[in-house]
Amino acid sequence: MSLLELRNITVSYGDLTVLNDISLELEQGEWLMVIGPNGAGKSTLISAVGGNAPHRGEVLFRGVSSVQMKPRDIARRVGTLSQSHSVGYSFSVRELVGLGRYPYRKGLMGGRDDDDERVVEEAIHNVGLADMADRSLLTLSGGELQRAFIAQLFAQDPSVLMLDEPTNNLDLVYQKEVFDLLKEWVSQKDRAILSVVHDLGLANAYGNKALLLDRGSAAAYGDMDTVFSDSMISGTYRLDIRQWMNKLYSHWTD
Amino acid sequence: MKPRKSEKNRTKRTGLPQWEYLAFIAAVFLTFILCVSVGTVRLPWTDVLHYLEDFIFGTKHEFAVSTAPSIMTVRVPRVICVALSGMSLALCGCSMQGLLKNPLAEGSTLGVSSGAALGAIIAIAFDLNMPILTLAGPTVMAMLFAFGSIMLILFLAYKLDYSLSTNTIVLLGVIYSMFISSIIMFITTFASEKIRSITFWTMGSLQGSTYTEALMLLSVLVICGAVILSRSEELNAFAIGEDNARSIGIDVRKTRLTILIAVSALIGTCVSIGGSIGFVGLVVPHMTRMIVGPNHKRLLPATLFSGAVFLMIMDLVSRVILRPRELPIGAVTSLIGAVLFVFIFAGTRRTDR
Repeated sequence: MSLLELRNITVSYGDLTVLNDISLELEQGEWLMVIGPNGAGKSTLISAVGGNAPHRGEVLFRGVSSVQMKPRDIARRVGTLSQSHSVGYSFSVRELVGLGRYPYRKGLMGGRDDDDERVVEEAIHNVGLADMADRSLLTLSGGELQRAFIAQLFAQDPSVLMLDEPTNNLDLVYQKEVFDLLKEWVSQKDRAILSVVHDLGLANAYGNKALLLDRGSAAAYGDMDTVFSDSMISGTYRLDIRQWMNKLYSHWTD
Repeated sequence: MKPRKSEKNRTKRTGLPQWEYLAFIAAVFLTFILCVSVGTVRLPWTDVLHYLEDFIFGTKHEFAVSTAPSIMTVRVPRVICVALSGMSLALCGCSMQGLLKNPLAEGSTLGVSSGAALGAIIAIAFDLNMPILTLAGPTVMAMLFAFGSIMLILFLAYKLDYSLSTNTIVLLGVIYSMFISSIIMFITTFASEKIRSITFWTMGSLQGSTYTEALMLLSVLVICGAVILSRSEELNAFAIGEDNARSIGIDVRKTRLTILIAVSALIGTCVSIGGSIGFVGLVVPHMTRMIVGPNHKRLLPATLFSGAVFLMIMDLVSRVILRPRELPIGAVTSLIGAVLFVFIFAGTRRTDR
């Protein structure tokens, strides 16, 4: 049974349809790249599944509709990373990551046990923020902040991650690090990722399934080769993709 | 994995450390003694202790100042009410600042206090009373109006600007407060024989508070305080961001509604007893946050104690500074609060960029 299934997701604000009848399935080990031009509805898709945008259609986790689930049950199955973070107060990295254990807390006052503590420390370590665990979020760079939020997701330990531009604000080295980290994460049992990625090169290198959105509708969906065909991409982005990529990376290719 | 004992203890401790609790309680107690002994007539602190001992244990002491007992029957309930109001208002401000991720949110800046005052005034002017408790009518109306005010401000803010930015909320709050204040002036002018002065409702005073009022404040504070304190982890998540709160599995709507109802009940009760005392909920959480950090598990309890200390001292200043005349307590808190407000606002503008 698929970890996540979307059935006919439609999002509209008044007369404006932002997302039109999107269906997809995520199996264990799959990393689905959602690509498409600006305004295609990529972030809206993530918001809708995360419950941040009113939508029609059904979201199912292992065949169970999310409508029947409590927010905490949903959070144990899916974790969402939003595109931008603005932090108002000086919480520490550890406090932020610790919040990821919220769906597992016991009792009203939310006591944490040693397991929770261990998972949190591990998550902080995995994103390379171990020596910054007590630093205030306000003092972090954009890249460090992004990694702190990813650590929170790791601590939350859902089976599906939904990431809106996970390497936003990250330089090349951290892009690679984060994607390698996610690749390792998704290779473990019962895990899958759905991510919006603007960089087609990165998307192509790490994804094993893709959804191409064009003005709210699915232009193509399936394995990488189908979606990443020249005609598909060029048609949707209205740009000769092969010529552009060759020009862009000519310096590094022989 | 074999957790060491010391590690285990460390993980369980999430709230304030014990010694901090003791320090806070000591501070509250010492401030209380100070505030009861200082006033138009100065009493030795031993008399205050003796009075409390007599009151609690039923002993009979001789007093150094012969009028001490009669002075203290007036002062003690007042100072208790001041302490409880300080706790309540500071707690409300603190939870609203976390909930809305906005360091300027507070009863008086959001117009909630003025709304509550209007509710109380309407109840008094039109004799809306509960059959048994004479106080209940204005209090319940103040609670309802406080809640209505929060909902109205948030609704308008959402309509204007979905992100609920600091500037929108503060602007709406200010406009709303002014609007409500002018209605309060109308009603108090027309129904002046029944209602305490306009200054009472707009500036606040706890002069002449009784034990009944203290008991009422205490019971509302115990209930609503428990509700708010048990949501400290949720408040942490809201303070980081609503999207994040939803992602980690918090029932955002339910939590927000629960906290707002608790806050309205607290502000409503405070206003119906002491008028609207501004800026306590702004100044106290802000200063406390600088000491114990933004984590609500520590911040909320610390705010309770510092709120009590802060307002007791403000009340003392209002009584003593122009002795034997008395300033409205809200005049003193607003004076300090307004200055601090500017600093915090300037600070948030910097971090917005």
